[in-house]
Amino acid sequence: MNAATQAPMTDAARDPATGRRAGEVILDVKNISLRFGGVKALTDISFNVKEHEIRAIIGPNGAGKSSMLNCINGVYAPQEGSITFRGQTFSHMNSRQVAEMGVARTFQNLALFKGMNVIDNIMSGRNLKMKTNLFQQAIRWGAAEREEAQHREFVEHIIDFLEIQAHRKTPVGRLPYGLQKRVDLGRALAMEPQVLLLDEPMAGMNVEEKQDMSRFVLDVNDEFGTTIVLIEHDMGVVMDISDRVVVLDYGKKIGDGTPQEVRANPEVINAYLGTSH
Amino acid sequence: MQTTFPRLMLEHAAKRPGDAALREKEYGIWQTLTWADLASLVRDIACGFAEAGMKRGDHVVVIGENRPRLYATMLAAQALGAVPVPLYQDAAATEYSFPITNAEICFAVVEDQEQVDKMVELRDTMQPNGGPLLGRVWFDDPRGLRHYNEPGLASLDALVASGRAWHTAHPNWFDDTVAAGKATDVAAMFFTSGTTGNPKGVVHTHFTLLDRAAAGQRFDKLTEHEEVLAYLPPAWIGQNIFSYAQWLACGYVVNCPESTATVTIDLKEVGPTYYFAPPRVFEGLLTSVTIRMEDAGAIKRNLFKHFMTLAERVGTAITDGKAVSAWDRLRYRVGDLMVYGPLRNTLGFSRVRVAYTAGEAIGPDLFSFYRSIGINLKQLYGSTETAVFVCLQPDHEVKADTVGVPIDGVEIKVDSSGELLVRSQGLLKEYYKNPTATAEVLTPDGWYRTGDAGFLDATGHLKIIDRAKDVGRLQGGPNDGAMFAPKYVENKLKFFPHIKEAVAFGDRREKVCAFVNIDFDAVGNWAERRNLPYAGYVDLASKPEVLELIRSCVEKVNADLARDDKLAGSQVSRFLVLHKELDADDGEMTRTRKVKRGFINDKYQVLVDAMYAGLPQQFIETAVKFEDGRTGQVSATLTILDAKTFDAAPVDLKAAA
Repeated sequence: MNAATQAPMTDAARDPATGRRAGEVILDVKNISLRFGGVKALTDISFNVKEHEIRAIIGPNGAGKSSMLNCINGVYAPQEGSITFRGQTFSHMNSRQVAEMGVARTFQNLALFKGMNVIDNIMSGRNLKMKTNLFQQAIRWGAAEREEAQHREFVEHIIDFLEIQAHRKTPVGRLPYGLQKRVDLGRALAMEPQVLLLDEPMAGMNVEEKQDMSRFVLDVNDEFGTTIVLIEHDMGVVMDISDRVVVLDYGKKIGDGTPQEVRANPEVINAYLGTSH
Repeated sequence: MQTTFPRLMLEHAAKRPGDAALREKEYGIWQTLTWADLASLVRDIACGFAEAGMKRGDHVVVIGENRPRLYATMLAAQALGAVPVPLYQDAAATEYSFPITNAEICFAVVEDQEQVDKMVELRDTMQPNGGPLLGRVWFDDPRGLRHYNEPGLASLDALVASGRAWHTAHPNWFDDTVAAGKATDVAAMFFTSGTTGNPKGVVHTHFTLLDRAAAGQRFDKLTEHEEVLAYLPPAWIGQNIFSYAQWLACGYVVNCPESTATVTIDLKEVGPTYYFAPPRVFEGLLTSVTIRMEDAGAIKRNLFKHFMTLAERVGTAITDGKAVSAWDRLRYRVGDLMVYGPLRNTLGFSRVRVAYTAGEAIGPDLFSFYRSIGINLKQLYGSTETAVFVCLQPDHEVKADTVGVPIDGVEIKVDSSGELLVRSQGLLKEYYKNPTATAEVLTPDGWYRTGDAGFLDATGHLKIIDRAKDVGRLQGGPNDGAMFAPKYVENKLKFFPHIKEAVAFGDRREKVCAFVNIDFDAVGNWAERRNLPYAGYVDLASKPEVLELIRSCVEKVNADLARDDKLAGSQVSRFLVLHKELDADDGEMTRTRKVKRGFINDKYQVLVDAMYAGLPQQFIETAVKFEDGRTGQVSATLTILDAKTFDAAPVDLKAAA
């Protein structure tokens, strides 16, 4: 993608030693508790996300990772706690509001329109940016046509970025799983998000597909400065690409820090590797 | 032709500035670069090169897919009098080290990050203490390269900008330097892969390349209205002739696909009129058609089958303009409307006027499939050293087993050993810095030794049979002294779908015998359709029914060979079906899947001896290496079969089969 779509970050914001960008806190999660009846999904979780960083949330099955993402995303309303996004504090968010503020997400088990082709799927990510109404779009004349051309151009840049030119017109359901994940990412990118929430972007992929996906995640972060929050099970991937890691276990936070710190944390080792009794 | 590539480009730009020169699909839309745009782009790059210190006679490596700006780079280098050296974009960094040190190349223009990484790695390993090689590297696509801080690395955009500024300061320099170029200057250098030892740099001048490009243009009456899709590696001379030399000679449009993955889609969108591909591409296209037809509904499938049977019978004759009954002609019309036309369109061949294949032998069935649906597919013969065009098949005189007639300005002769010699204006100037190799292939009176064995048949068409060093003679027996071309026989066998590999023996022996490898998938499928149970490869390969199947193939080959008086002696009199697949892991084949005849002869000595001793069967035990590195033993008692051979007199193939 080029400067026409989103201005690249200036190099001034980079840490000269690591080449990484360090920014202000963009998303601050404070004391979140989420209950479904008697089931405590999340208990008193606090962490923050800095602008331009890649933040991973890890934890065993049922640790509450996806619930956490769903709270940020506005799908679940936590009973306690607050979420601050760019200085605005919310006790809970609604998903449209979140999307309008520039938070996009991908899904663990793909929520693509299987019968639609790649272009249309990614175009659906531009929906919020469209100004013309349904009627105008149906006639597709004048303003609606011009608008579609603009959005299509943006989508083409994403297609180019994700290297899926060969599949433009292919119905998504016919694509292999790894490529569907890429389309899912493409649709999220179409929203020009400031924060991108990725729910297990590498689940069910083979090694090569994982490498490709890791490269795209890093590229997105690098090219557009997008802040990324990701849930991932593959420890190798998490340790390689993320700047800071939050570890959840049974709805509680048991670790938070750089990959090295987290790896050395005895509680994390217990949760992941189990203890000998 | 007393001109140079940059001068031709400027002529096109002056004569028809607004016409398309190059097209590239970008962001889903075909973007056009006109001749006038191209001329100013070339000028800017050339000026940028000059500012960077490039001088006449310097070499520039160009690595990447077919990209308009890389084409402009080659033109810019030539405008300056420098020599572009295109290298294969998929090679490993170490493979570039010889060409770059050999030609002391200080400048590189590459496509993207992948290539930049290779250049940087190479620069550091070749000269750990710093040095001039690859001092300046420019890249076309900046993606992922923003944070690179390598010395001498810059984008093509930066080069163009600096060139534009330099041009303002030196307004006459570009025109003067293009005018100073001579046709006899070196235009480009192509490195041949070289199976043994280091690759050799084949040096061509503007004159040699343009002479052959123009000869090909006259032969097929190419005009500036042709459309070509450039998708093969630019480092290969075939690609260079078809979409660079002929592009500038004729002034047609070259289209660059979006990426390697989109070639089939782009092919369909562009609808080229002039097309070139090695046989494997045609094979791949046919396979995809076959698979899609098998998935289609019953009506479509039957329609396809019906009309393909018709095409098989009369299609080639109609394409060749031969007499066909009015009834068949009418039915072919209907077929064209319902099957052939849509099929050509799906393949992207609906506008193809001339299509060529070369590089290796093409199977007759594959070849006639394309001709029978109305695609004018032809064969040609040539090599890097001859600037491609030596022999081409004229329209309406196309045969599957010859490569055409010598075209304008080509002389051909066969020396006493059977090796083919070529003389034309398009021969290489020399091998770069390698006078010994040059002397080996270029005779003092201007002939080039091709290393191929072949002959002109009765109709004046060239027939290539094998590499000259592999051709042998039979000794003793009824065909004493007859020519034996193992590869020719093996290829004929391999064209049958049931035969995967074949190895022919016969040099200095009294008759020809062969090993055959069945194609497990094809024969397995054949057996299943006949309810023939089998336990595995070894079992299937020894079934009497399978042996009979292979025998019928061998006898068809014999009948075919018998019609050729030079090769009639090469008929296979005995053969056996091997119990294991020939494999590169066992050293029986090269990695590019060429059989190592000598090695196989030694390894299976007992079998070879048994065939020549006339034994009906032979026990053999061989060591095999599994893919995980373990070794094991495979043993079997192989039946050796006799095949019918035919007299050298012309035989009716149908009666014989």
